[in-house]
Amino acid sequence: MKKIIVSLFALSLLFACNGGQKGSQESKSNNLSLKGSDTVLPLGQATLEQFMKTNPGVSISVVGGGSGTGVTALIDGNTDIAMCSRDLKGEEKLKLKEKGIDAVVKSVAVDALAVIVHKDNKVDQLTREQIEKIFTGEIKNWKEVGGEDAEIVVYSRENSSGTYEFFKEHVMDKKNYASTVLNMPATGAIVQSVSQTKGAISYVGLAYLNADTKALKVSYDQGATFTGPSMESAKDKTYPISRPLFYIYDSKSEAKVKAYLDFCLSAEGMKIVETVGYIPVQ
Amino acid sequence: MKRFIEQFVELLIKTSGYTTSIIVLLIVVFLFKEGISFLGESPIEHSYTLIGHEDNPVSELKDLEIKNVFDGKITNWKVMGGEDLPLSHFELSDLESIYGKEALGKDLEFTHRFAVKLLDSLPGALLFLPVSLLKDAKGFKNITAEKITLVHFLSGREWFPTSKPSAVFGALPLLLGTLVVSFFAILLALPFGLAGSIYLAEIADMRIRNILKPIIELLSGIPSVVYGFFGLVIIVPWLQEMLQLPVGETALAGSVVLAIMALPTIITVSEDAIRTTPRAMKEASLALGASHWQTIRKVILPYASSGITAAVILGIGRAIGETMAVLMVTGNAAMMPTSLTQPVRTIPATIAAELGEASFGGQHFKALFALGCMLFLITLATNFMVERVSSKRKLK
Repeated sequence: MKKIIVSLFALSLLFACNGGQKGSQESKSNNLSLKGSDTVLPLGQATLEQFMKTNPGVSISVVGGGSGTGVTALIDGNTDIAMCSRDLKGEEKLKLKEKGIDAVVKSVAVDALAVIVHKDNKVDQLTREQIEKIFTGEIKNWKEVGGEDAEIVVYSRENSSGTYEFFKEHVMDKKNYASTVLNMPATGAIVQSVSQTKGAISYVGLAYLNADTKALKVSYDQGATFTGPSMESAKDKTYPISRPLFYIYDSKSEAKVKAYLDFCLSAEGMKIVETVGYIPVQ
Repeated sequence: MKRFIEQFVELLIKTSGYTTSIIVLLIVVFLFKEGISFLGESPIEHSYTLIGHEDNPVSELKDLEIKNVFDGKITNWKVMGGEDLPLSHFELSDLESIYGKEALGKDLEFTHRFAVKLLDSLPGALLFLPVSLLKDAKGFKNITAEKITLVHFLSGREWFPTSKPSAVFGALPLLLGTLVVSFFAILLALPFGLAGSIYLAEIADMRIRNILKPIIELLSGIPSVVYGFFGLVIIVPWLQEMLQLPVGETALAGSVVLAIMALPTIITVSEDAIRTTPRAMKEASLALGASHWQTIRKVILPYASSGITAAVILGIGRAIGETMAVLMVTGNAAMMPTSLTQPVRTIPATIAAELGEASFGGQHFKALFALGCMLFLITLATNFMVERVSSKRKLK
């Protein structure tokens, strides 16, 4: 009995010590935290690994959870930098204003969204209007857009994803997805499902293209020109469905985040962007 | 000294018991507080408002109507009980592109003037603007959305929680999706689970049982995301091939994966129940000339029935509350389930998938808590039901 009590006591002491250590770590000024978009997450992790090699004194933590989570954390003052794969929403801008945060939005990379179908699909290209009608449920069969007589199965990301919002805003003209759309929890699951479903269509980042899926050429001028997604077409902006990825921070903490941001936007940082699979901004 | 320690430990256990109960109670209170405060709110995005022309007779719209207007499906006020007037919709960004960013002012302070100007030229316009830009301005009419009611929440057939300007919270497809997937999962798992437990407890010989039982117990320790991935890669394409379906992510796939996940729990718990049948009862039955099968059917199963029901509750509990595996294999399309070979969306999967984007304390956030309350009530109801059934059996 005595032993148990003694060990319990020792344990609680241990916890107390740990807590103390944590506190002292947090009080250090060169402690940076990033939070937000899962799309930006791999980029954040890769840059921070390199950055910490050259700046051993700095400790940075990167957490995902979705663009909305990151911005909420910035509003509440729980993170220094919010990673975001979409523009700030009106509601978020108002909230930032309310809290007196002057948000600085920096684009650190560009991601191209490829519209993908099953590799055996006969359709090679679609116009933006056709894609909108497919995702809003107006077009239900592939033969309406020049394919075989087969039902169209639409996969999308969950509404917690910045990509979902981006696609809705810029490709679907702000219209809502049909309720028959299948929502997948992760991009990996989308690639898996599209590669095993003949009538499937969905959208994924450039980095997720593989041999089992086919990326469609897309037209934003009613069918005059069609462009396929690639590093080159995204770089020279001929591919229409590309989006910037952002780091958002409070202008008051400029001094704190400057060194890291400068590194991200340097030639070395841009090289990391490319190895992760996105398009550099410079 | 010993007495003192005993008293101390007793006190410690007592207080920890009380604290846990109170904490659990507080969690439930919090859940319901958030969930209930969701009712009676306007589904229009907070700090935004809809405005129309002063002379427009319509002053309240339903959430679905607003959604259909902004999706371009409703283009005349007549449909919603107004005059025969063509309807067009605008947002702040539309005003900016019509009149130019400079005209609206640096802080958008002149927005309301241009909003009124637009309404004068287009009496059928519906504008979606931030409240803060319309302060003290006149010359238009606020159009409100119908408040969210419990009936509306429970019977609504469409779930668009992030739709703008008005979210649509209809939880019926989610509720039915949850019930359909869990019901068929139990229907699939129960016969196999029961057969497995009878085999392990009564028929298999000692050596096989010693090998099989730990393996089955091990299966219940596999994380659900692994089952989900297994389902997505193996079961989904298999069902698609077998039944010639256009989509593999269906309610049926969810039921099969859940049944597989519930099996180990059902087997181990009911096997333990079956093995608690006293040896004397079995021997008495056999001595009376009953065969082994008759003994199992007439003596062992009735004796173990309450334990088996407990196994079923645990199975149902796992099926209803299971999140990750279901999220991966059911497709998560929030439509009314009409057949098993159709994608469905369940309540836990919805909560898990959408919590990331729902801003803390917002409408969507509260709606998810309301869904949580619903799930809580469902599990509570199943527990009560099963308890009543098993207590009736005991009285016999």
